[in-house]
Amino acid sequence: MLGYIFRRLLLLVPVFLAVSVVIFSIIHLIPGDPIDNLLKIGSGPEQREIITARYGLDKPLVVQYWIWLSGVLQGDLGTAIVARRPVADLIAQALPHSLTLGLCALAFSTTFGIVLGVIAALNRDKFADQAIMGGVLLGSTMPGFWLGLLLILVFSVWLGMFPVSGARTWSALVLPVVTVGLGGTALVARVTRVAMIEAAQRDFVMLLHAKGMRPLRINLRHVLRHALIPVVTILSLRIGWILGGAVTVEVVFARPGLGTLLIKSLNQHDYPVVQACLLILAMAVMLGTLIGDVIQAAMDPRIRAALG
Amino acid sequence: MLLRVENLSVQIGSITPLEGVNFDLDKGEILGLVGESGSGKSLTALALAGLLPLIGGRIPTGRLLFDGADMVPMSRSQLRALRGRKIAFVTQNPMTALDPVQRIGDQVDFVSRTHLGLGRKAARARTVELLTQLRIPQADTICNAYPHQLSGGMKQRIVIAMALSGDPELIIADEPTTALDVTVQAQIIQILTTLVRERGLALVLITHDMGVVAQACDKVVVLYAGRLAEQRQVNALFGRPAHPYSAALIGCIPREGMAPGSLVGIPGAVPSVASYPTGCRFHPRCTNAGAGCSDIVPELRSLDAGGAVACHYPLPGIENA
Repeated sequence: MLGYIFRRLLLLVPVFLAVSVVIFSIIHLIPGDPIDNLLKIGSGPEQREIITARYGLDKPLVVQYWIWLSGVLQGDLGTAIVARRPVADLIAQALPHSLTLGLCALAFSTTFGIVLGVIAALNRDKFADQAIMGGVLLGSTMPGFWLGLLLILVFSVWLGMFPVSGARTWSALVLPVVTVGLGGTALVARVTRVAMIEAAQRDFVMLLHAKGMRPLRINLRHVLRHALIPVVTILSLRIGWILGGAVTVEVVFARPGLGTLLIKSLNQHDYPVVQACLLILAMAVMLGTLIGDVIQAAMDPRIRAALG
Repeated sequence: MLLRVENLSVQIGSITPLEGVNFDLDKGEILGLVGESGSGKSLTALALAGLLPLIGGRIPTGRLLFDGADMVPMSRSQLRALRGRKIAFVTQNPMTALDPVQRIGDQVDFVSRTHLGLGRKAARARTVELLTQLRIPQADTICNAYPHQLSGGMKQRIVIAMALSGDPELIIADEPTTALDVTVQAQIIQILTTLVRERGLALVLITHDMGVVAQACDKVVVLYAGRLAEQRQVNALFGRPAHPYSAALIGCIPREGMAPGSLVGIPGAVPSVASYPTGCRFHPRCTNAGAGCSDIVPELRSLDAGGAVACHYPLPGIENA
């Protein structure tokens, strides 16, 4: 098991390199450059050349990549061109906000998604099932930015229960968490429901009934246990997604997270910041699937056996 | 009489895939329930175990007397108290019968802890003892193993141990050897028959293997297309089958000294529930069919020699009542 985790971590290295190449190339393919933001109005081409040279943007792309990569490998994410601060500082400021929002939203969607999915599966085709699945369909199709605005209107403007925006207090976290979490809740509820229904039809469930086990115990201890295995897959894919996927929601609620930082830097063509943000998101996706796989192995002895 | 099945019918939705099944079984006896796929064997098994609600089935007519008490009107919790305790079930495919993520020991322990009220330690001791009796080597190590670590034959022994753990009076085994290797099949059948003889259990053995019936059973119930065809003592059935279908099934057993190519099957196939023929459901495949077979349903008639048959033209050699 430990050997497996180690092998998976080693695999992060080539993926890291590949992702960094892709990120670096794509960013430099986008028309425009950060110098535009730095030049004073009315400055001539000489000034542009000076600034371009100062940030090494006049060198060939391959050299620029090498300089950036060697910096990253030494733990130096570079300096933001427009913001003129170390990229690491910007990230350190933004990441905790995104992590808090992401993890709370993940906890929210896991808890409610599983509970709703189980209730729906146990009341299959009855009113509770149809009501939950209907609500879930609504939740999963509603775009986050719009849902966010709706929640702000109702709970902040009309009812005054939560702050409209910002990230200073814990109560400011509630609406963003609900906004990000609802989409995940819908997804988890659907997967849980289908997986429960499928697992309930497995042969061994019949034998559990034949042993005289109570249906509630069968459903919660055995059927749900099996149903959770695909749910973990879905959740692990969301771990990475939830850090970057909350971008629009962060903008709606004006939260100073990674998403807001990424959008701002993209608009300003602030290469070093964009690269660092994307790299972190890519690594988060990789780590998310790794965590998911480890949890699955812990839940299923057959997977453990296959991993050796 | 431990088990008496009277005119049992099973309904699923608007269809009636099983009707008019009658038989009885005493302690220490093995009853073979035979027929081709789709004849209603497994439905009978589920009905006996009170598991019909699981597949959306119900019993519109008939009685299932177990120890004198009719199981048909019983509530789900009453049936649950019987299952695992008095009536145990051995499933068809041991490969999928056990929960793959739970340790073997815990799965077997559950039965005695629930039904016999044993504590954790006592239940485990009972499990180890049962596994040892079923000739499973290193039973205490096996208890900590997961199902995927065991062979099919080993898993079927675990399922049997689970069945025995509640100290039942009746075991229903639904094709317990179909999914196993031939060599293991014989072992499992031997284990089951020994248990019946030594412990005085009753066993309903569902199979489509007439060889197994001849070897292990005392009584046979032959089902065809959801109806009872013939119900006899084993020796009587094999000596002088009354129903042409029973005779055809017996004719399907390979025998020593048979000329190559002389083994014949039964032409045609079991009709599906949606397209049951009128009259006797076997008449389109029957070599003995005559007037009336295609439109009059044959009544179940008792035979002087014991047993009963549902046929307008039973095979000769049988004195009809």
